[in-house]
Order: sequence, then C-alpha cells, then structure tokens
Amino acid sequence: MGYFIQVIIDALSLGSLYALAALGIGLLFGVLRLINFAHGDFITLGAYALIVPAYGPNAIRFVADFHPVLLVICTILIVVAIALISEFLVFRPLRYASAATLMVGSFALSYVIQNLIIMIYSGRPKSLDLWSVLTEIKFDVSGVDIALLPLLIIAVTLILMALLVLFLKRTPWGVQMRAAAEDFKMARMLGVRANFVISLAFVLSGALAAVVSLLFEVQTGILTFRMGTPLMVFAFIATVIGGMGSLVGSVVGGMAVGVVSSILQAGLPPEVRGYRDVFVFGLVILVLLLRPQGIVLSRAARERV
Amino acid sequence: MSGEIGKGATVRGRDDGLTLQAIDVSVRFGGLTAVDSVNETLHRGEILGLIGPNGAGKTTFVNALTGFQEPTSGQVKLGDREISGLSPHWIRRHGVARSFQAGRLFRDLPVSENVEVAGVSMGLSRRRAHKHAMELIEWIGLKDKARQPAGVLPYTDERRVGIARALAMQPAFVLLDEPAAGMSDLECDDIMRLVREIPARFGCGVLLIEHNMRVVMGVCQRIHVLDSGKTLSRGSPDQVQKDPAVIQAYLGHG
Repeated sequence: MGYFIQVIIDALSLGSLYALAALGIGLLFGVLRLINFAHGDFITLGAYALIVPAYGPNAIRFVADFHPVLLVICTILIVVAIALISEFLVFRPLRYASAATLMVGSFALSYVIQNLIIMIYSGRPKSLDLWSVLTEIKFDVSGVDIALLPLLIIAVTLILMALLVLFLKRTPWGVQMRAAAEDFKMARMLGVRANFVISLAFVLSGALAAVVSLLFEVQTGILTFRMGTPLMVFAFIATVIGGMGSLVGSVVGGMAVGVVSSILQAGLPPEVRGYRDVFVFGLVILVLLLRPQGIVLSRAARERV
Repeated sequence: MSGEIGKGATVRGRDDGLTLQAIDVSVRFGGLTAVDSVNETLHRGEILGLIGPNGAGKTTFVNALTGFQEPTSGQVKLGDREISGLSPHWIRRHGVARSFQAGRLFRDLPVSENVEVAGVSMGLSRRRAHKHAMELIEWIGLKDKARQPAGVLPYTDERRVGIARALAMQPAFVLLDEPAAGMSDLECDDIMRLVREIPARFGCGVLLIEHNMRVVMGVCQRIHVLDSGKTLSRGSPDQVQKDPAVIQAYLGHG
C-alpha cells in the first residue's frame, strides 16, 4: 500500500513538472503559433540564475543564498527578463514569418543560450545544493517513507494553475490573451495590442519556466547546460498529445506523460527498465494514431458536432 | 438601459460633424481595377447603403475605408486626418469599426467575452467592459445566450454578435458587410430593426453593404451603387430604384 502511494505521488510530481513546462510552451503556441524549443533553456537559465556567472568547476552561490521569497522573486524576474529579451531580439522580427520559421528561430535561440552557458559557466556539471532539506523530510505512510518535495511540487503546480486560470478568466489582460490565442488578427482588429499580448505570454511563460527550474534544481541538486532540454522534449510531446492550442490539453498531456513514465519506471521488469522511453514514446505514437487532434479538443469544436 | 449604451468610454461627442470620406479612391490589383475613383462622404447619424452586383467592388471599397486595403490612389479621411495607409488596428481604435461577411467570432469564448474584448483592449476595466457588452447583447436579443461559447450559435445569431462587437466602444462609424446574407425574411426584419436603431442609439454613421434589396431600401436614407468598381448611381432609395442605369446593371444587358 505504502509503495503504491509512493509510486502515485512520484508519478503526479513528475507529471506536474511536465504540465508546468507544457503550459509555458502552450501559452506561447496559443498566442504566437510559436513552438518554443528554447523553453527548456529558459528552465536551465532559471537554475543558473542562482549562481555567480563565473567559469570554473564550482558553483559560486549568490541568489541561491537569498531568503526563499526573495530567491523565488529574483529567479522569476531573471527568467522573465530573458524571455522578454528573446521576444524582442528573435521573435519580434520574425512575427510575420511562418510557424516553421519561428520554430527554427527557437532552435537557434536554444543553441545560442546553451553555448552562452558553456562560455560563461563552462560546460561541466556543477553541483548546487538548494533547499535539500525538502528532500530529506519524509513522512511514514504504511511503512514507506514519502518525501516532502514531490508533495510540494504537486501543490505548487496546483496553485500556479489556479492562478493562471484566474488570470485568464478574470482579468482584462486574460480576456485579450484568450481572444488573441483564438484569432490573433481578429483580436487586433478589435483593438487588442499585439505587442502587449505577446509580451504578456512571454512573461507568463518565463515565470512558469523559472518555477520549474527551482523545483527541478531542488530535486536534482545539479546544474548542467542542457538540464532543461529533456523537460522541454517531454513537455512538447505533452502539448502535442494534449491538443496543441489548448491549455487544458497541455496540463492533461503533461500529467499523462509524467504518470505513464513513472508507472513504467516502477512497473517494468528491471532488465527493460533502462529502455523505458521506448515504451513512453511508443504510447505517444499510439495516441497520435488514434487521436491525431490531441486528447482535449477546444470547446467550440466539440460542441459544434 | 437604453441611454447607457450611448454613454461609453470614449470622449467623442455625438454630433461633432465628423465624417468618413473617400476622395477619388481607386484600388487596382495588377491589371484589374476593383475600385475606380469612388467619392463618398459618410456622416454620423445616417445610414448609407452600398449596393452593386457581385464583383462590383463593394467589399474592396470597405476594405480601403478600414485599412485592410491601401488605396492605389486617392485619399481616405477621418475628419481632417488622412487615414489611408494606416493599419486596420489604428483605424478601429480611432472609431471606424466593421463587421465581416464571415462572422469571425472567437468560437471558444462566450458570447459576452466576444463583445468584451473590444472594451478591455481599449482600456476599460473588466467590469465596465462586461456591463457595456451585456447592454449590447441585450439589445441584439441574445441575453439568454451570453454565456454560451460563440462557436455553438446558429448562423443568424453569429451575425448579430458580429454587429454588437462592431458597435462596442462607441465607434463613430460602423461598416456592416452583408449582415443579412442568407437570412429568411423574418430574420431580415429583425436585422433591419437593429440597423435602423444604430444611428440614434449609438450616434454612429452606418455604411451597409447588402444584397437583399428589401433590407437596403427599407433602412437606408441614401444609396451608392457600384458597378465594376465605378459609381453607377447615387441618391435616395427611390431615385436609385428608378435610375435606368441601375435597372440595366441589375437586370443584365439586354
């Protein structure tokens, strides 16, 4: 029983990280039709924001030693700033380009960021202990230790999703974002400012990336210049199987990918466990064959039938 | 509630004599002249009909007035200010709104938010934009459906939401592109009633493109007839209907 609970909590916690990353990708895709492959690098940068930009084998702590509230704020501000700079330098000039061009632009940005990290911090992994006490606190449930961190990840994810929903539903900016996500041109014709909603999408996406960085960094305790990439890949897959353009789909897809990976990790026989991703991606292909439009359809598309 | 709609967030007065003016406007696509030296002045408070056979250049002319198509030559003026070449976005924000032949509603958004978007994007608070939108929605008779996603509305309701959305934020001029297309006589009557109410209620000038002659003749004070991009006739509904050139254009060359 305890083991079962542990598997479920781990699954939901991994799913939460994927869902948060997928939301960051989904927000930009919604407004800009941009599949931002640099989102993983925004996540990486959030973790590197914790240390002094210095070349060398060791991480020199700086923001990492701030009071937790200040630390979170600083990390979010840094990643949001980078997201906005990226928008201004890369995606704004490409605004009227095709979706494919935008995507290639994001690939280029991704490699630029990774190489900048190598130049500034060196390519070697650095260990950075952040709030490791969170991984050490454990509860005893039916004889199995349940760590605090995965529970915290799930809770933070739920809170952020609730805030995002409130923002999108209740604020004047949220209405504009949803309108722009559905028909950007029409939204502009009604008076919505393009630069405003696009910048807003980058701000939200960057803030979500920063939170993912922190949660992921606490979990792994290590900095590498490609640490965000696997998250980006899984989150991207999550948005595709969830249904591109639907934020609910991003969350559902993220959860699904995380839960399936974790359950396979726990349930597969040890000799094939190393090939877990073969099974995960096999399932992804299966979902796409059965439901190419994604799991979650937009509301109007569903009700019109 | 009737008076409330007229008191919007903009500072434009109702009778400031503002006009939307086309001066010798031509639009050419390669060798084809879609609009050929057309002159017209739309005043606030009036309903002007724009008619003509298919391909006469009506929608292209409206596109030229609203920034969707830059005139090849000629000028479009809003008051004293030349607006030809400015973006549709700028022109909408400065008081020239339009509806579209294909409704182009935000299908996933509720009806109310479809209308609210215009308000919040021009700086209204969510509450004021909602109130303003609900007044418009009540006016078009869709109060009961305000919370439904626009994508599930029947076609005729979509058209009405399109009109409400164009009227959000007190435009000085509203250009309606075939609002009654594909409607039954009864539904047309309803659209006619709405269009007729616009000048008094919102203080707008209305330019109505419409194929349905009963609708055009029933609501417009003045009519401008285009044929092959050129002005064929202008005048009151009576004058235009009696104009031999118009009769010939509509009944064919025989």
